[in-house]
Amino acid sequence: MLRVRDLKTHLYLKRGVVKAVDGVSFDLASGETLGLIGESGSGKTMTGLSLLGLPPKPAGRIVAGSIELDGRELVGLDEDVLAREVRGRQIAMISQDPMTSLNPVFTVGEQVAAPIRAHGMAFERSAMDLAVDELDRVRVPSAARRAGDYPHQFSGGMRQRVVAAMAIACRPRLLIADEPTSALDVTIQVQFMDLIEQIQTDTGAGILFITHDLGVAASLCHRIAVMYAGRIVETANVDKLYSSPLHPYTQGLLDSVPILGRRQKRLRSIAGNPPDPLSLPGGCAFHPRCPHASEICRKEAPPSVSVEGGNVACWLVADSGA
Amino acid sequence: MAEALIPRAFVARLWARVFRRNRVSSGFPFVASGVLGLVLICALFGPWIAPYRATAISLADAMTPPAWMEGGSASHLLGTDNLGRDILSRIIAGARVSTTVAFYAIVLSGLIGAGLGMAAGYFGGVVDAVISRVIDTQMAVPSIPLAMLFAAVLPPGEAMVIFIIVLSYWTWYARIVRGEVMSLRERDFIALAKVAGVGTPTIFVRHLAPNLLNTLLVLATLQFGSVIVFEAGLSFLGLGIQPPQVSWGGMLSDGRNFIEVAWWLITIPGIAIMAACLASNLLGDWLRDTFDPLRRQVW
Amino acid sequence: MTRYVISRVLQGLIAIFGALLIVFVAQRLSGDPVALMLPMDASEADFAAMREALGLDRPLLIQFAIFLGNALTGDFGQSYQWNAPAMQLLLDRLPATLELAMAGLLFAVLLAVPLGVFSAVHRGSWMDRSAKVFAMLGQAIPGFWIGLLLILFIAVELQWLPAYGRGTLAHLVLPAVALGWYPVAAMTRTLRSSMLDVLESDYIRMERAIGLPERTIVWRYALRNAAVPLVTMVGVYFANMLGGAFVIEVVFAWPGVGRTVVDAVFARDFPVVQAGVMLSAVVFVVVNLLVDLSYGFIDPRIRRG
Repeated sequence: MLRVRDLKTHLYLKRGVVKAVDGVSFDLASGETLGLIGESGSGKTMTGLSLLGLPPKPAGRIVAGSIELDGRELVGLDEDVLAREVRGRQIAMISQDPMTSLNPVFTVGEQVAAPIRAHGMAFERSAMDLAVDELDRVRVPSAARRAGDYPHQFSGGMRQRVVAAMAIACRPRLLIADEPTSALDVTIQVQFMDLIEQIQTDTGAGILFITHDLGVAASLCHRIAVMYAGRIVETANVDKLYSSPLHPYTQGLLDSVPILGRRQKRLRSIAGNPPDPLSLPGGCAFHPRCPHASEICRKEAPPSVSVEGGNVACWLVADSGA
Repeated sequence: MAEALIPRAFVARLWARVFRRNRVSSGFPFVASGVLGLVLICALFGPWIAPYRATAISLADAMTPPAWMEGGSASHLLGTDNLGRDILSRIIAGARVSTTVAFYAIVLSGLIGAGLGMAAGYFGGVVDAVISRVIDTQMAVPSIPLAMLFAAVLPPGEAMVIFIIVLSYWTWYARIVRGEVMSLRERDFIALAKVAGVGTPTIFVRHLAPNLLNTLLVLATLQFGSVIVFEAGLSFLGLGIQPPQVSWGGMLSDGRNFIEVAWWLITIPGIAIMAACLASNLLGDWLRDTFDPLRRQVW
Repeated sequence: MTRYVISRVLQGLIAIFGALLIVFVAQRLSGDPVALMLPMDASEADFAAMREALGLDRPLLIQFAIFLGNALTGDFGQSYQWNAPAMQLLLDRLPATLELAMAGLLFAVLLAVPLGVFSAVHRGSWMDRSAKVFAMLGQAIPGFWIGLLLILFIAVELQWLPAYGRGTLAHLVLPAVALGWYPVAAMTRTLRSSMLDVLESDYIRMERAIGLPERTIVWRYALRNAAVPLVTMVGVYFANMLGGAFVIEVVFAWPGVGRTVVDAVFARDFPVVQAGVMLSAVVFVVVNLLVDLSYGFIDPRIRRG
């Protein structure tokens, strides 16, 4: 359904160019959940925004690559075509912070009805009635009454449900969830993830789940893509990735946090610091922190090679001729 | 005295902001500072610079247009008014009056406002409640009607204008200084000074005042332009500076009677007011951005 | 909410009391009012009789109480010039001032809203930069000088519009522009900066992400948030203008409250000046109170707060 190839989104700042997304490729099928994992600054949020054609203005720009949704190329589409036909209609996003993602001076009903109206989805019933249905679907209690309330009258967890209702109101084919639970309490997190699974069952949407939390990703995703410094370093099925990670960065990540059901010797953090986005190291961007780095890692970026159930971009794997 | 109130460190810091690496820093408003400098020079040395006495009447030269116009004369660069008085000389004399009024008004409203604001912020409690209530009340009475009231009962002239301006502007300082002191009060060095047994007056002069200098300088610079406009308005109404003293607002008021025959009588004093006010706003904005880079720049 | 309203009303009452106190003190500063009211050749007995009639022989506190009592009924004495109740005189002029204030404010809002929104949306463009220059000039040029320039160019040179007086809609244009001049600049600056904050917010990003048209986002979803600080400004300016646009009314010979008070100052017609000050103070307090209360309708967070 979604096919992303060699996507590059760069930020042109006064101090230099940040290659926030630097040649990202992945596929996502209907009904599938792909986890996009990485440290903050690795470019995962920027990837999500690029899919919507919304890199931060005025610094950000998609400079190369292709995003195909159901066979239609999205890169290079007109801004108003994107707004009218793609955003909210085919691709929607649940953003990070429920406390700031809702407009404080409009009722939640109006806000959920807005995409329905904008995309002309209300036929037999009014947009507001449909909005109430959506609020009901995301399990906002007594939705009909609460549709007239303002965001500040809702708790964080409830607000995130409202955001989800806005996102799914027009039944998008692809739902981008950008750390939707990181601002919520743990119990609320679990409820919300159940909700996302429910939404997927109901709507059959593909979900791109952006997170830095390996535990959350493990419980929700079918496949995982690991991002480092603007590139995807490893893609694999979730079981495969957690049991036998191939890329040293993935291994480091998995060793650094406790994950339920995974046997770990002891926790170790990855040596060194994330690289300066303005001047990434040459070759493989991970080489200064990599315990297995060799001469070629410093000189040349590794190609992404297919392995069983996924892809890896690492010279260790590429050289062993897998 | 000056040494005690304005520490050398503050002057050095200001200097360092204007000149970086022996070059004037980028963004420093040259033109604005130049205009303000010119106004100050006119104010200080006006009588020696001006080509004529501001009040010298010469009916033979009445209504001479500015030099670049047809019928203009090089001896009256900006022309003359209906009594043949030289406009350039009157603009220079007006700068002296405006600057004098602004100087006293700013110093007095600054001292009163900052003093009360410091007291309210530092002592809190009843003192703060009373002073804040007075500020609120003062701010609930619009300043121009208030000016009317006192213009009706006090003898007109410079002193009255200064009094009226101080009355409407001290709240400005008081409110802002109160807020600053409330946050300063919580800082360690004040607490340490108190623990060390330093007396309240010393804390005020030694510790609070120097930390408020940035704010006061910014406010005073911005107020300069505002005061000039306010004084011009009063004088235009005939309630401010009284003839034979020259003021830009008064010149506008005189010129208004000849609006159909002598456009320069109402344009030139207005340009002087605008230039002085614009310059002080620009310099004030620059100082605020320089001293307080975290505050969001409006433009 | 009720408590908030009560405390705001109390604050307003205190402010009005403060204004009354200032007016009373100013009245005592004015010297002997009797001297103004009686002919030059009045005898000492006439003076004493007049003082007694006015209550000026009684203790200051009693005098203040009487003054307060009269003030509450709107009685600030007879105008010396017009021989009519001072407050009534001004209230008769209020419609003219109201007309001018509304026109000035309308001009200001109609110009400031598009300017502020456009310069925020197209930040850094030539339009943004010219709006900046315009706003800087607007805040540095006194409105009454703009008034004089308008008279000079529009009324005298081009003869497009009348320069003085009140009557037709054409009479209203120039004074309204001069009166709205400063508020345009201030409102443009404020709206631009609050609009920039709002446009960077998460909820606007969310609204973009669900595919709302950019025009709807800017003019409906962002503007309603960004307009909150603007409402305060509109209130303050309206209150100030309504109390009398003193200098502008004089420049354009507009028969409103402001010009009447200025005339009264020259005529030493003290009751009218007093009434004028109190009228503006009351208008100021009431309008600001209404603005504060109206916040609830714009920003629901305050409604129940």
